[in-house]
Amino acid sequence: MSAITRDEVAHLARLSRLALDEGELDHFAAQLDQIVGAVARVAEVAAGDIPPSSHALPLTNVFRPDEVRPCLTPEQALSGAPAVEDDRFRVPRILGEEA
Amino acid sequence: MSLVHKTAAELGRLVASREASAVEVTQAHLDRIAEVDSKVTAFLHVDAERALAQARTVDERIARGDKLGPLAGVPIAHKDVFTTEDMPTTAGSKILEGWRPPYDATVTRRLREAGLIILGKTNLDEFAMGSSTENSAYGPSHNPWDLSRVPGGSSGGSSAAVASYQAPLSTGTDTGGSIRQPAAVTGIVGMKPTYGGSSRYGLIAFASSLDTPGPFARNVLDAALLQEAFSGHDEFDSTSIDAPVPPVVEAARQADVAGLRIGVVKEFGGEGYQPGVLARFHETVDLLESLGAKVVEVSCPTFGYALPAYYLIAPSECSSNLARFDAMRYGLRVGDDGTRSAEEVMALTRAAGFGPEVKRRIMLGTYALSSGYYDAYYGQAQKVRTLISRDFEAAFHQVDVLISPTTPTTAFPIGERADDPMAMYLADLCTIPSNLAGNAAISVPCGLADEDGLPVGLQIMAPVLGDDRCYRVGAAVEKAYADRWGGPLLSKAPAL
Repeated sequence: MSAITRDEVAHLARLSRLALDEGELDHFAAQLDQIVGAVARVAEVAAGDIPPSSHALPLTNVFRPDEVRPCLTPEQALSGAPAVEDDRFRVPRILGEEA
Repeated sequence: MSLVHKTAAELGRLVASREASAVEVTQAHLDRIAEVDSKVTAFLHVDAERALAQARTVDERIARGDKLGPLAGVPIAHKDVFTTEDMPTTAGSKILEGWRPPYDATVTRRLREAGLIILGKTNLDEFAMGSSTENSAYGPSHNPWDLSRVPGGSSGGSSAAVASYQAPLSTGTDTGGSIRQPAAVTGIVGMKPTYGGSSRYGLIAFASSLDTPGPFARNVLDAALLQEAFSGHDEFDSTSIDAPVPPVVEAARQADVAGLRIGVVKEFGGEGYQPGVLARFHETVDLLESLGAKVVEVSCPTFGYALPAYYLIAPSECSSNLARFDAMRYGLRVGDDGTRSAEEVMALTRAAGFGPEVKRRIMLGTYALSSGYYDAYYGQAQKVRTLISRDFEAAFHQVDVLISPTTPTTAFPIGERADDPMAMYLADLCTIPSNLAGNAAISVPCGLADEDGLPVGLQIMAPVLGDDRCYRVGAAVEKAYADRWGGPLLSKAPAL
């Protein structure tokens, strides 16, 4: 039995905002199936009551002082933008016609 | 000896004493780049004019009597995953082709403040995901020992640049082994500092709980000098450790293991390891004993599960981090013809701008974080991560450092694993535990494998903030082998 199906990979591609073609879906489905099968080995470890670690360091809520200080100018912030209009990022339409 | 064959420490001394100018030193390295980089392809971008201008500034400041650090005027190759406001930053990806960041990474800023001369930006696997540089959108780098083989990855441009004398120093980042593995397979020194010891601000994120900037050099002392130059607390990185940098330079000079307790990790060896790698490793164990260290075998039972845990945790973080490449604010935008929605443009851009390995990892991470799979995959991997940290803690109660081979094999041929992700992932088998636990680990050369005459690396792992121990043991091994071999390992590399 495969660990991950081609349909699941197509769904993951949609969630990941990756417009993959049919050939890529076939290729990735086979590879992801192999990878998921291999990483599923973590289930062999008896870890029921072990606390999870999201991080190697025991740090929480680290903030620097809330002081006004210089930051990027609009020109700097927009310097890499694919499209700009009136000192703002110009983006394709966000709302669908049917929405 | 020509300037390009000198150590960074020597070059810094020559520049400080005005026996050589920073401009001369920089020009010598630019000439070397012009001579050999068409074969090695270590660099994605070289800026000769800017490098020479920086060098002139250093020379002027020294002439004025300014007191500069030990690496002032020393050239460096900078991994193209750190932002640089005066040079393009691509992360090896088409999605950032031609992008000029509006600010410098903290590591970049500290290199400049230390008077280091940035020659250019080095090649890497796209977004630092890979072990060979073959995932770079701009083509692979080549191993100076054998141009048909990989220089390791993801920081393979940085390892290749230093191993081919194009720069005495370079920067790297290590998320699962991306400094130590390329150092091992090119016969140089590469260090992953303690997580949080070096700033991630301005480092393009792959897996934020694992990414660690670190140094490459041709010897242990130079690596320590570079680590010291760019390390230390940074208020712009919320995971930066607010503690003094461990005494790495002093440790590199100490170079002595008498009385030290050294643990050989029982789980790293045997099947899947190249015989020549194991032979050099076992010789090094004997060497350390002959130098007065007390060597024992230590078992870390969960280390065998580090690789699968890593390939759930790192892709999960990657799938979240790389969501920022949305075709809206910077980078590539594809298919914006006035009819398509933002979501369609985003999907077309990401499909066109990301390479296969990045797509695989984004989808794998999305899968591991999906409801229904989260507990079994990501959640379980996080528990395994806790157990790996506990294995380290238990081991460091018995010994001062742990050792293993850095990689199971020597450099593999370009193309051999390019479309076989699981085979590629095995390159990081021994290096991943230290990323998951966040402790310090270094790779130093320990000889050439008999089968192929290629470099083998020794990995030395130390506790969190025990970076100095890595340097102390690494320098002792380096010194003993230099006596035995009549010079550094790299002097055995064929001329380019």
